Amino acid sequence: MIWQQFQSLIGSYPLALRGLGMTVALSLISLVVGTLVGFALGILRTGGNQLISRAIGVWVDLIRGTPFLVQIFLIFFILPELGIELDAFTAGIIALSNLAACFICEIVAAGIRAVPTGQVEAALASGLARWQRMRQVVLPQAMRMSLPPLVGQYVLLIKDSSVVSAIGLTDLTRVGWLVVQRVPNGLLVFAIVGIGYFVVCYPLILLARRLESRMGAAHGEVQL
Amino acid sequence: MLENFSFRTIVEYLPLFGHGFLATLWLSIVSFAGALAVGIILCAMNLQRSRLANVPAKIYIDAIRATPLLAQLYFLYFGLPRLGIVLPELVVGILALSLNSGAYIAEIIRAGILSISRGQVEAGIASGMTYMQRMRLVVLPQAFRVTIPPLLGQAIVLVKDSALLSLISVSELTRAGQLLASDRFMPAEGFITTAACYLILYYGLKGLAALSGRWLGQQSVRSRT
Repeated sequence: MIWQQFQSLIGSYPLALRGLGMTVALSLISLVVGTLVGFALGILRTGGNQLISRAIGVWVDLIRGTPFLVQIFLIFFILPELGIELDAFTAGIIALSNLAACFICEIVAAGIRAVPTGQVEAALASGLARWQRMRQVVLPQAMRMSLPPLVGQYVLLIKDSSVVSAIGLTDLTRVGWLVVQRVPNGLLVFAIVGIGYFVVCYPLILLARRLESRMGAAHGEVQL
Repeated sequence: MLENFSFRTIVEYLPLFGHGFLATLWLSIVSFAGALAVGIILCAMNLQRSRLANVPAKIYIDAIRATPLLAQLYFLYFGLPRLGIVLPELVVGILALSLNSGAYIAEIIRAGILSISRGQVEAGIASGMTYMQRMRLVVLPQAFRVTIPPLLGQAIVLVKDSALLSLISVSELTRAGQLLASDRFMPAEGFITTAACYLILYYGLKGLAALSGRWLGQQSVRSRT
């Protein structure tokens, strides 16, 4: 019985590979886009302009306050009504990138705010231009603060990509859902799906932990 | 464009959204209570010296944190009947949310306990307190204060995560939006209303977090003077 199920599971490995490929593609593309947009938003958020900063703050709050599933539905079903035709993959990428950008914006902004004002003043006194100040003084120090939560955010992004299966994209979770219709062993099928995610996410979690403890050590704190 | 956005349909469906709102609210509360119980047990296991207790807790926490909630939800939803356990969708959903959030809460509580300085524990030992007394009178009251804000943050995450229960057809807030979207072909009306309802819950919890932060701040000032 179990053996038969194993055989039919092995038979569906091309599907599983496609699902894994979809999950990796979704995560990777929105990771890159989300990081770039997130950094830009984070810098703008801490920049001088009150209006821009306020607007970004409101948008980030709206995204943080609603479930990702609802955001996907909104993008997938409403953008076409506004005359923007898009397929499920594009909708998924937009939703994931937007989510990542909003969280990364806050991480980067927190990092920038944590850089002591003396540093910025010293850069001003040295006659560095605005962009030079950002690139050579503020961002390198902010990066050290932001790196551990940034890696943690990537883990969240990979996990959130599973929700995109709700609009019919064949990612790893969707493959599990499809296979379980044929092989009625939910425990086995979703344990395998879980292992698929674990293999990708766990190294990142370990990396985030190591970065965090190294940061603690760099600041002269003793780990208990 | 959205020029034919129909507020009238939203008003017509308002009872459904009210029902969904209350369902999301109470199932979140129940799940959070369950998650607290799971979290406290896991954390207690994790802090034990014995490997027999702390290794299973560590494996469980890592396994939950490295896999998506949706996969965990399907694992229970499709897996439990296999073991001969047939539960209503709502119960499966609450179970999944509790087991998932419990792992994160265990880490929050652990961080709170480890943030208590070593000297406090040593002072407790020097005063001749037993392990339970030290925990109850010295460590936990202080840890409690540190953990309240992140616990409320986890509550916000849990409320948002509960939207996934609509995918196993539990009737809650997101399901209400889906019904309006599919019955009347009005996804904009359905999902914008759903989002607005979640925002009410979000700002409510955020306000509570700010309030507790201020209250705890006053507490610590008072205890210092």
